[in-house]
Amino acid sequence: MTKEMVCIVCPMGCRLTVTSADDTGTLNVIGNQCKRGEAYAIEEMTNPTRMLPTTMIIRGSLLKRLPVRTEKPIPKELIFEAMKKIDDVVVEAPIKRGDVVISNLLGTGVNVIASRSMKHI
Amino acid sequence: MTQYDIVVIGGGPAGLAAAVEAREQGAKSILVIERDRELGGILQQCIHNGFGLRVFNEELTGPEYAERFIDELEAMAIEYLLDTMVLEITQDRQIIISNSEKGIQIINAKSIVLAMGCRERTRGALAIPGYRPAGVFNAGTAQRYINVEGYMVGKRVVILGSGDIGLIMARRMTLEGAQVLAVAEIMPFSGGLTRNIVQCLDDYNIPLMLSHTITAIKGKDRVEGVVIQKVDQKMQPIPGTEIEYKCDTILLSVGLIPENELSRKAGIAIDPVTNGPVVNSNMETTIPGIFACGNVVHVHDLVDFVTEESRHAGNAAAKYVMDESRSNHKGTVIRTKAEEGVGYIVPQQIDMDSIDGKVALFMRVRNVYHNASLSVKLGGVEIKRVKHRHLAPGEMVRVDIDKQLIKETQAEMTVSVVLEEGRV
Amino acid sequence: MYDIAIIGAGVIGSAVARELSRYALKIVILERGNDVAVGTTKANSAIVHAGYDAPATSLKGKMNVKGNAMYDEVCQALDVPFKRVGSLVVAQHDEELETLESLLENGKLLGVPGLEILSGDAVAAREPNLNQSIKAALYAPTAGIVEPWELAIAYCENAMDNGVSLKLNFEVKGIDRKAGCFEIHSKDETVTASTVINAAGVYADAVYNMVADSHFTIKPRRGQYYLLDKEANGLVNHVIFPCPSKLGKGILVAPTIDGNVLIGPDSQDLTPFDKEATNTTGDRLQYIRETAAAICEVVPYKLNITTFAGLRAEPSTGDFIIEESMEVKNFINVAGIKSPGLSSAPAIAERVASIYLDINPNTAENPAFNPIRRPRVKFADMTIEAKQEMIEKDPRYGRIICRCEMISEGEIIDAIHRNAGGRTLNGIKRRVRPGAGRCQGGFCGPRVMEILTRELSLKMTDIKQEGLDSYILTGKTKRGDEDDAI
Repeated sequence: MTKEMVCIVCPMGCRLTVTSADDTGTLNVIGNQCKRGEAYAIEEMTNPTRMLPTTMIIRGSLLKRLPVRTEKPIPKELIFEAMKKIDDVVVEAPIKRGDVVISNLLGTGVNVIASRSMKHI
Repeated sequence: MTQYDIVVIGGGPAGLAAAVEAREQGAKSILVIERDRELGGILQQCIHNGFGLRVFNEELTGPEYAERFIDELEAMAIEYLLDTMVLEITQDRQIIISNSEKGIQIINAKSIVLAMGCRERTRGALAIPGYRPAGVFNAGTAQRYINVEGYMVGKRVVILGSGDIGLIMARRMTLEGAQVLAVAEIMPFSGGLTRNIVQCLDDYNIPLMLSHTITAIKGKDRVEGVVIQKVDQKMQPIPGTEIEYKCDTILLSVGLIPENELSRKAGIAIDPVTNGPVVNSNMETTIPGIFACGNVVHVHDLVDFVTEESRHAGNAAAKYVMDESRSNHKGTVIRTKAEEGVGYIVPQQIDMDSIDGKVALFMRVRNVYHNASLSVKLGGVEIKRVKHRHLAPGEMVRVDIDKQLIKETQAEMTVSVVLEEGRV
Repeated sequence: MYDIAIIGAGVIGSAVARELSRYALKIVILERGNDVAVGTTKANSAIVHAGYDAPATSLKGKMNVKGNAMYDEVCQALDVPFKRVGSLVVAQHDEELETLESLLENGKLLGVPGLEILSGDAVAAREPNLNQSIKAALYAPTAGIVEPWELAIAYCENAMDNGVSLKLNFEVKGIDRKAGCFEIHSKDETVTASTVINAAGVYADAVYNMVADSHFTIKPRRGQYYLLDKEANGLVNHVIFPCPSKLGKGILVAPTIDGNVLIGPDSQDLTPFDKEATNTTGDRLQYIRETAAAICEVVPYKLNITTFAGLRAEPSTGDFIIEESMEVKNFINVAGIKSPGLSSAPAIAERVASIYLDINPNTAENPAFNPIRRPRVKFADMTIEAKQEMIEKDPRYGRIICRCEMISEGEIIDAIHRNAGGRTLNGIKRRVRPGAGRCQGGFCGPRVMEILTRELSLKMTDIKQEGLDSYILTGKTKRGDEDDAI
C-alpha cells in the first residue's frame, strides 16, 4: 500500500510517499529531507496528532481572550472535544507565558499553556 | 525636540528584531514607535503555531514569538512608545509623531528603520461586483476580532483567496463553531504554504476550489450568499459554471500590500513590483540613513525570515550611526534583476563596500515548479545554481551568495528559474 | 402635531428642512434609513454642475444654474468643503464640435458664466493625462466638486441645531388625510403634520400614491462607479465629461473633494420594482472601463479602492417636479430630482420654502435661526501648532484611529455626538472618513466600533454597518456573553 502526503512538520512542505510492506507492515518513507519528516509520515499513518492553538476566556485583563496552545500535539480526533473543554475554562489575570491553564487535557497527558503574558488591570 | 540614534517605526516582529540587534551592535539611544496598544504587531493575533523554527529551533505561536523579543527589548531597556502614530518622516530624518499623552512631538534621528509592515488588499482592489453588505471581512480583520477581541464574525463562511491568513482562518472559524463552505482561489495553485492547506483545509474537509473566484455578492444589509465561478486561463469567469452558496460571511485573503505612505512622502524610491522601498544589501533605502525591513519591504510568508532581515537592518543602522560613511551608493553597486520565472529580488542592489561575507537574496518565483533550479548569473555568467524539488509563489526563497563569488563589476546580477531539462 | 413632515433625509429633504428652519415651524424629517443621506445622495457623481446642458426652458436647467451660484455661501456656512475645479466636455470627433457649440449656446441662454471652447492643445496643457485624440472642449469654470452626503449631513445637522426633529428608521407605510392634517404611519409609529413635503427620492411616486393617484412615476436608473485611491490624485484636474448623449452626461472622470478619482457612471434603466438594486455588476464595470478609455487611457485601476452603484430618480415627466399637489392641498412633491439634483439642492430648498410660504403667508421667522454649522476639526489638515493646541485642549485628538486618512479619536467622538450624528460604521465613515481610505476599515473598524459602543452605551454586537440588519459581529467566542470579561 502506498500513500502520498505532504509533510507539515515545518513550512518546507516536503511531498512524502509512504509505502507499507505487504507482508511485514513495515512503513518506508521517501521524499523527506529530514528525520522529522520520516517520523511524521509514520505517525500520520498510525496515530495522527495536531497542535491545538486557540483562545480562552480571561478575566481581569485589558484583553478578554487569552491565546493558548497545547504543549504538545494531541490526537487529531480529540480536537473538537478539546475545544469544548478549553471553552468551558475561565482564567484570571495575571498570567505568564507558559503558565499551565489546563493540565492533562482530556487525559492525554498534554497540558494547555498560555501563549502570552497578560497583566492584571 | 528629542534626539535618538535610531528610531524604529513599528513595533511588530521587524521593528523588534531591528531594535534588539541595533542595541547588541552598540547603538545607545533607540526608540521604537508603535501605533497599537501593545508591541508585537500582527503576531499578537496570529495565535497559531508554526513560528520560530529557523530562529528559535522550536515551533511557537505568534504571541510567544513576539513576547520573546518584547522580553529582550525590555531587558535591554530600549525605549518604546505605544498608541503613537507617526504622521510624517522627512528626508533629513525628522519624525513627527502624535499621541494623546504628549500630543505632537518632533524627534530627530541619526538613523531610521522603517518597519511598518503591510495591510490587506481589500474587496475594492478586486472590484468584486454585487452589493456592499456587512459581513465581508478581510481575513486579518476577522482574525483580530476573533482572536484578540473575542468576537465571532459569522456562522457560514466562504473564503476568497488561499493566502496563509485565509487558510488559517478557515481552521480557526471551524474550531470556533462556524461552517466554512469553501475556499475559492482564482489562480490554478494556492498562494499559501502547503502545510496550511493540509492542516487547515484537508483536516476539516474544506474544499479548495482552484481557478475559481467570487463573481457576485448577494444581500443588501448582511451577506446572504455568493456566486462562485470557474475562471479560464485569462482568469475570466466561464459562463455556466456559477455555483451559489448561502452564507452570511465572506473572508478575503487576496494579498498583502507593504504600507509605504510614510516612505513615499519622505521621497524614498519604491519598487513597483514589491510595493516596498528599493533597498541595498544593507536594507538601506535610497535615502542615506533610512533603513527598512520586514513586510514594509516585501511581503514575507515566514516571520523567521522577517527576523533575519530585520536583524540585518538593525545591524546596518547601528553601524551607520557609528560611521555615516557606511551609507550606500559609495563603492561599486551591482543591481539585481529578476528574470525568467522570478517575480522580484530583494535587495534591488548590492553595495560591494558594505557586505560582509555573503549577501542574502530573497525572491519569489512566478509559478509552481517541480525539480527546478535557481540560476544566479553575474554579467551573464552563472555564479551559483541551487536545486529545488519544489518552488511556489507562496513560498519565499532565500539564496546566499558568498562575497568571493561576486567580482567587482558594473554588470547586473540576475536570477532565473531553470528546469532540470534545461528549459524554463 | 408638526407643522411640516418632510419624507426623506437625502440632500433634498435635508436642504429643505434647513431652509424651513428659518421659520418658527415645528418640523420633523422622516427617514426610512438608519442614517441620513443613505439613498441616492450617498452614491452619485459628487459634481456641482455648471448647468449648460439642461434645456433652457426646463426647471432643472434653471435650478441648476441658480443652485450652483449658491454653493459658495451654503458650503461656507455649513463648513462643507467645496471646490470649483471647473469641468471640460471633450470632443473626440469633428461632429462632436457641433455639440460643444450647441452646449455653449444653451449655457449662455441659461446664464452660465465663463463658458468657453478650448482647443485640443489648450486641453492637453490643462489635462496632460487625457488622450491625445481630443480635439476641443467646452470649459465651464463654475463646475465644482463636493461630497454629497457631507452636504446632506451638514444641512440636516444645521436644521436640527435650529429645532428640526429627525426620525430614523421611519419608513412611511401609509398616509391618512384627516381634517387639516395628515397622519403618517410607519410600522410602529404615527406622526401628524399639517403639511407633507415628499422628498422620498426613488420612492416619491409610491409616497404620493398614498394620498392621490400619482400622475408621475419614478424609475430607478442605475449608475456604477469606480473610486480610486488618493495615490491617483492629479490624474485629472477638472471634471471630464465626454460629449453628452441621449442617455445622459456620459461616463466622467473626476477628482473628488477628498483627493480620490471617480470614474462613472454608466446609465441603466431598471424596472420600477428594482428600487433597491444598488449592486454593481461585472459587465457594467467592464463597460465603464472601456468607455472611459476613450477619454483617458491611463486610468490606474489597480488603485481602485471601491466600486459602488447608485440609483437616480428618473421621473416620467422628464423634469424636476417641485409643486404643491393639485389634488391634495398642503402636500408638496419634490420628486424626480435626478441629475443635476445635487447641484440644484440649495435652489430647490428655496423654491420649496417659497411654495410653503405662498400657502402659509403668515409664517413667522425663527428668531433663533443660526445658519452657521459648528466647524468640524480636520486634524489631518491642521498645522503642527494647531494640532498641538487641539490636543492640549482635548487629548483625544492626539490618538489617531484611522491611519489611512489620519483621523483622530476626537473627530470620531465629535461626529457621534453632533445633531444627526453617526451611529454606524458607514455613518462614521461618511462623516469623518475612517474606513474610506485604502484599507477600507480593515485596521480602524474594530477601533471605531469600540468608540461607538463607549460613546453610545452599546454592545459590540449592536453596532451596524449601515441598516438595522447589517450586523457586523454575531456574538462572542467561547459561548461567552457580552460582558463575560468584566
